[in-house]
Amino acid sequence: MSNPLQIRGEVLDVKRAGSYFVISLTAPGIPETTRPGHFLNIGIGGEESSMLLRRSFAIHQVQMRGMYGGTLDIVVGVNGSGSQWLSERRRHDPLSIVGPLGRPFVLPKEKVSCVLVGGGYGSAPLFMLAEQLRERGCRVDVVLGASTEEKLFGTLHIKRLATTLTITTDDGSSGTQGRVTDVLPEIMEKSDSAVVYACGPMGMLAAVAAVASEKRAHSQCSVEESMACGIGVCMTCVLPVIGDDGVTRMVRSCVEGPVFRGDRVRWSDIGTVPADTWGAPVEGGH
Amino acid sequence: MTRAVFSPAGQSAAESSPEVDMSTSLGSLELPAPVLTASGCAAAGRELDQFFDITELGGIVTKSVMLQPRSGRATPRMAETPSGMLNSIGLQGPGIDQFIEKDLAWLEQRGARTIVSIAGSNVDEYSKLAQKLRNVPGIAGIEVNISCPNVENRGLVFACHPDSASSVIQAVRRFSDPKMPILAKLSPDVTDIAEIAHSVVRAGATGISVMNTTLGMVINTDTMRPALAGVTGGLSGPAIRPIAVRCVWQIRKALPDIPILGMGGIRTGQDAFQFILAGASAVSVGTVVFNDPSAPIRIQHELAQQLADHGFSRLSDAVSYAHRSADVEILDVDEVEIEVE
Ligand SMILES: Cc1cc2nc3c(=O)[nH]c(=O)nc-3n(C[C@H](O)[C@H](O)[C@H](O)COP(=O)(O)OP(=O)(O)OC[C@H]3O[C@@H](n4cnc5c(N)ncnc54)[C@H](O)[C@@H]3O)c2cc1C
Ligand SMILES: Cc1cc2nc3c(=O)[nH]c(=O)nc-3n(C[C@H](O)[C@H](O)[C@H](O)COP(=O)(O)O)c2cc1C
Ligand code: FES
Repeated sequence: MSNPLQIRGEVLDVKRAGSYFVISLTAPGIPETTRPGHFLNIGIGGEESSMLLRRSFAIHQVQMRGMYGGTLDIVVGVNGSGSQWLSERRRHDPLSIVGPLGRPFVLPKEKVSCVLVGGGYGSAPLFMLAEQLRERGCRVDVVLGASTEEKLFGTLHIKRLATTLTITTDDGSSGTQGRVTDVLPEIMEKSDSAVVYACGPMGMLAAVAAVASEKRAHSQCSVEESMACGIGVCMTCVLPVIGDDGVTRMVRSCVEGPVFRGDRVRWSDIGTVPADTWGAPVEGGH
Repeated sequence: MTRAVFSPAGQSAAESSPEVDMSTSLGSLELPAPVLTASGCAAAGRELDQFFDITELGGIVTKSVMLQPRSGRATPRMAETPSGMLNSIGLQGPGIDQFIEKDLAWLEQRGARTIVSIAGSNVDEYSKLAQKLRNVPGIAGIEVNISCPNVENRGLVFACHPDSASSVIQAVRRFSDPKMPILAKLSPDVTDIAEIAHSVVRAGATGISVMNTTLGMVINTDTMRPALAGVTGGLSGPAIRPIAVRCVWQIRKALPDIPILGMGGIRTGQDAFQFILAGASAVSVGTVVFNDPSAPIRIQHELAQQLADHGFSRLSDAVSYAHRSADVEILDVDEVEIEVE
């Protein structure tokens, strides 16, 4: 895998899409090594900023060359002051960028049938993935879900890449009323899917991984943990993951994730250190 | 020892810029350059080596390692705060054996100068760690993280009591190679940091690292509970810089000859220069690495520029310069012996 770069990019364009902002930026050198599921860390507020920690965003699209050299897009949902600041950037504003980061989605070697599930802005990294799966001749069914219509991202665009597109919203403002996992089992049966790719909130990922396991399909889930560094040096972004040796470890989601096998993450134990974790506290110890 | 000479950043060699001798020492620990990484903010150097050549730094201070593997605490482990952050990692790590086998071996092969940070939950663990490190090649020094709860004494932090602080340092001293530099890393959360400094120096520390994080807390107003799973956490970053500069200053005043590795919120070469002037012979860069992964090397170059701009041709001449008496001024810097009382 190639090294992440630390570069200065420049905003090309900020567009609204529902309740999100799509930010296009120059990112020399990054598109070349980006694979679906990689993310970027973006500095907030300039060099003197009191917001010291970079914010993480999935890489949505890349363009290798063009008028500005390598460019890419991210999709930003305004959450707190960092994402707010980003949404207020304008053309030519500089951005400090580190990326591409993390382990991307693993692509199947064979032309198997795949389902892609995105929750809210979690659909952002699925576009590149859908393209690459289609190029390999895979069937690609897409399920996008959100609380309400304007929190769906990219439904029109992804339709062109998908064999089928199913939409769910909690309030029924678009598609089927309900959750992605209400429709997922039937889609998997119809398409005989072998792999499920998912990106979205933890609760959704846990439910999708459970459906995939039930259907004996492989699942690849991109998680979202709070990250201080994003490059593997601080140990803030950990979650309990079962290794090849069957042992649970607190694993860094920035470098060993954000994409994990759904059957390896101990979803219901996130936010705890399970007692059988490698190096877990023992009686009388720490 | 080879002396690294840095041309201040932004000036080409052709401009005959004043070259600054950046070599320094922490007692017997000689360093070609004065900027190190801070423990816990650079893991064991591998990740940062993707962003810059880690062998150009003064050294890598590795994440505090314990005797046994540790899972660390539950998440959330961090919260951003104004110009800083809180962390409550709980010393997650592989344990000393795997650390020696994998991390230390890599650092040695890479040619980095390595200061190994150790942490224990009782004095005996520190002794055993020192024994494990004895005769292991590739260790330039040991930094003893004493900001850990002593499980044998109601979880009181070693660094907060002169007696427990000195008992740890004594144990590490006894079981280490007598020539091994030993830095005691102090916590600012004490009434009189000079008293703790005195006690660890008497116990055999050859230098002082200061400061570790200071205890803080954030309440999440959405959940209306503590933001960290560990409830309290260590505050770090530029927010704590003035506390750290104060600690360096006070220790330098109390102990004119003890070498100090200064840290706490260093973001620029100018920040690092403050620590040098206050009495540090070298500095560590921690939290700011999360903002700028190449910060340590940038800060090292910026510090060279700061020194040049202020008329220093050697870093060592600037150490403790803020303590000079009123009649000593910078133009005499080459002639005068800097008096530190
Ligand atoms: C791998 C990864 C990919 C992501 N991709 C996207 C994306 O494509 N689009 C998008 O809109 N958001 C994405 N996020 C979430 C995004 O990073 C957060 O929304 C953002 O950090 C919030 O910052 P803030 O200052 O607005 O919020 P604040 O709540 O003020 O942030 C305070 C601190 O908490 C952290 N934080 C808060 N919420 C989150 C969160 N949900 N996940 C991680 N850290 C958080 C921040 O980084 C910051 O350090 C991603 C997160 C990760 C880890
Ligand atoms: C995430 C994180 C982990 C840390 N881990 C350790 C550690 O293992 N051992 C230690 O002695 N200090 C540790 N520290 C403290 C730093 O080494 C440093 O003393 C402190 O953060 C102040 O410097 P800074 O403001 O430059 O970060 C840690 C700090 C942070 C932010
Ligand atoms: S965010 Fe620092 S190790 Fe993952």
